[in-house]
Amino acid sequence: MKIAITSTGQSTDSFVSEIFGRCSYFIVFDDQTKNTKAIVNSAENMEHGAGPKAAQIIINDDVKVVLTGAVGGNAEEVLKKAGIKIITGLKSSMKITEAVDYYFANKQE
Amino acid sequence: MKQLVILSGKGGTGKTTLSAAFSKLAANHIIADCDVDAADLFILLKPNVKKELPFYGGKKATINNDACSQCGLCAEVCRFEAIKDLSVDEVLCEGCGFCYRVCPDNAIDFEKVISGNLYDSTTNDDIKFLHAKLFPGEGNSGKLVTEIKKKASEFFLHNGERNKWFIVDGPPGIGCPVNASLTGADIALLITEPTLSGLHDLKRIILLIQSFHIPAVVVINKYDLNANIAKEIEEYIRSVHIPLIGKIPFDEKVVYALQQEKSILEYPESKAAQEIITVWNSLQL
Amino acid sequence: MIISIASGKGGTGKTTIAVSLALSLQHSVYVDCDVEEPNGHILLKPNISSQRYVTKKFPKIDLVKCTFCGKCSEFCEFNAIVVLKSDVMIIESLCHGCGVCSYFCPEHAIEEIEKNTGVIRKGNVQSGAIDFIDGVLNIGETHGAQLIRHVKKEIIPDQINIIDAPPGTSCSMVAAVKDSDFCILVTESTPFGLNDLELAVQVVRSLGIPFTVIINKYDETFMALDMYCQTENIPVLLKIPFDRTIAEYYSQGIPLIDALPRFKETFRHVFDNIQAILQMHELGVTKQR
Repeated sequence: MKIAITSTGQSTDSFVSEIFGRCSYFIVFDDQTKNTKAIVNSAENMEHGAGPKAAQIIINDDVKVVLTGAVGGNAEEVLKKAGIKIITGLKSSMKITEAVDYYFANKQE
Repeated sequence: MKQLVILSGKGGTGKTTLSAAFSKLAANHIIADCDVDAADLFILLKPNVKKELPFYGGKKATINNDACSQCGLCAEVCRFEAIKDLSVDEVLCEGCGFCYRVCPDNAIDFEKVISGNLYDSTTNDDIKFLHAKLFPGEGNSGKLVTEIKKKASEFFLHNGERNKWFIVDGPPGIGCPVNASLTGADIALLITEPTLSGLHDLKRIILLIQSFHIPAVVVINKYDLNANIAKEIEEYIRSVHIPLIGKIPFDEKVVYALQQEKSILEYPESKAAQEIITVWNSLQL
Repeated sequence: MIISIASGKGGTGKTTIAVSLALSLQHSVYVDCDVEEPNGHILLKPNISSQRYVTKKFPKIDLVKCTFCGKCSEFCEFNAIVVLKSDVMIIESLCHGCGVCSYFCPEHAIEEIEKNTGVIRKGNVQSGAIDFIDGVLNIGETHGAQLIRHVKKEIIPDQINIIDAPPGTSCSMVAAVKDSDFCILVTESTPFGLNDLELAVQVVRSLGIPFTVIINKYDETFMALDMYCQTENIPVLLKIPFDRTIAEYYSQGIPLIDALPRFKETFRHVFDNIQAILQMHELGVTKQR
């Protein structure tokens, strides 16, 4: 299962990005292969509809859970419809590795 | 860190005056002017611009007349009446790309254009101040407002929990930039005036905020201009479970202070100043 | 004739001025283009006799024909389409109704239906002395300019049409002011008023529309505003001094001319001045030819 975290940079040492639609990258962690990869968020600089476009990107990658600071109304609707779990409230002082650990420590089956 | 967004629905109710006053009262904070259409906060905050960044808005189409075979297909498909005499009207062009995609001659350029500037500044009190200005006539876009918020985010990243408040001076109306100014808001402060127009517009912005599920509070400015309507406003917001946290009296000193380009707080004897301080204190709870 | 009333800054008194002008004439058409927050109806209290819904084209996906190829989402410049595994979502507030998705869908799986964006209301005031038209944008809709263009199609050609524009200088204001014969910019004696007037002047000049200024809540001690108008050779047709009673009447929804009848004459003069300026313009053009 893949989880995605909104990130300011490409590495797991980067900091969390608080705004879902406008993050620079998604760091996707696959808990079966234990691999991480960075996907560029091409929605970052779009004039309108960054949220839905960002949602489309992670939907295309088969992500099941997204962790971020805040999600706007449109993106929230899309992610919910796609059955993707949304976890908000992450702060920009947190690193990606910390966010991943946080998720696995706190998730309920 | 809490994000406070100041909105009104109706223009001219005192958002910017209040934002500037809060900036004087808050200790650790950053402030942003998200009224990119008619940005005025800089007049009171007197910023030192540290960085000026060009802002690229949406894409616009332009027809390259050398390559154009004048088939007119572009004008046929354009829904926005933006193509006349084989030339694209920049203001009417909505950037959908239809003409660009159908043109058989590849004669249309479809590029992002600079539609304004974003400023990363500090105020005369050394507070981080983010503001922007759209070029006149440009499309009101949530993107510029979001850019401002992103810059704020980047700043918080490096300065962490030292900042307690992120104060956002919002735009009037209920359109796209207002939506963008609300994303990520922890609390919306609605400043209104005791006029029928003020109440009418307040109701519309409240409907919008409710759809965002953001807690809101209301301040009535110049409340003694019409005690009856002030009461009507109080009753209305009570009925929708929104607290009233301030009633600022009409005070000529406010205009006077503004004309001197000073904060109303520099006139502490002013009743308006005193009430603003009370409002700020109640926000701290 | 079309006279638009605009202002860089909100709350300077556009609607007060627009309504006053409409009421001062024997017959006029008041057109409220501030579709996000229309207020003219509060002052004029029109009898609304008809209303019609304004729609924009909106894509509808036939999920049977759709192969979820994602092309529509790729082509949409506004990111209004998200393609899921077995469903396609269209985000209403982002859709501009441009028709690209429908046109380029390889399976012809997208048809366009009409979605409501707002309403245009028509009526009259004072048993016909004023024809009233306004547009009200649905809450959650983000594109006022499109509705404004529809509202303006209701303008009555041989009458004096007074357009109450939205505040600001963005595309909504431009949509309202464009193609008017004359524009009145309303401002106030504060630094905000002056700053935003400068922006509005830029827009109106770029549109090539002759204009003047009316200063509301006028305060002669704030000289920067008068000096700006002088330096820029902008005629100031009227200065309404700040008066608390005027504000109080406005708060109750009472038009200025009803509260203080002496203003009827004042605004009649404003209109006469506008006509004179327009005639001079016409003469000027003729001379140049």
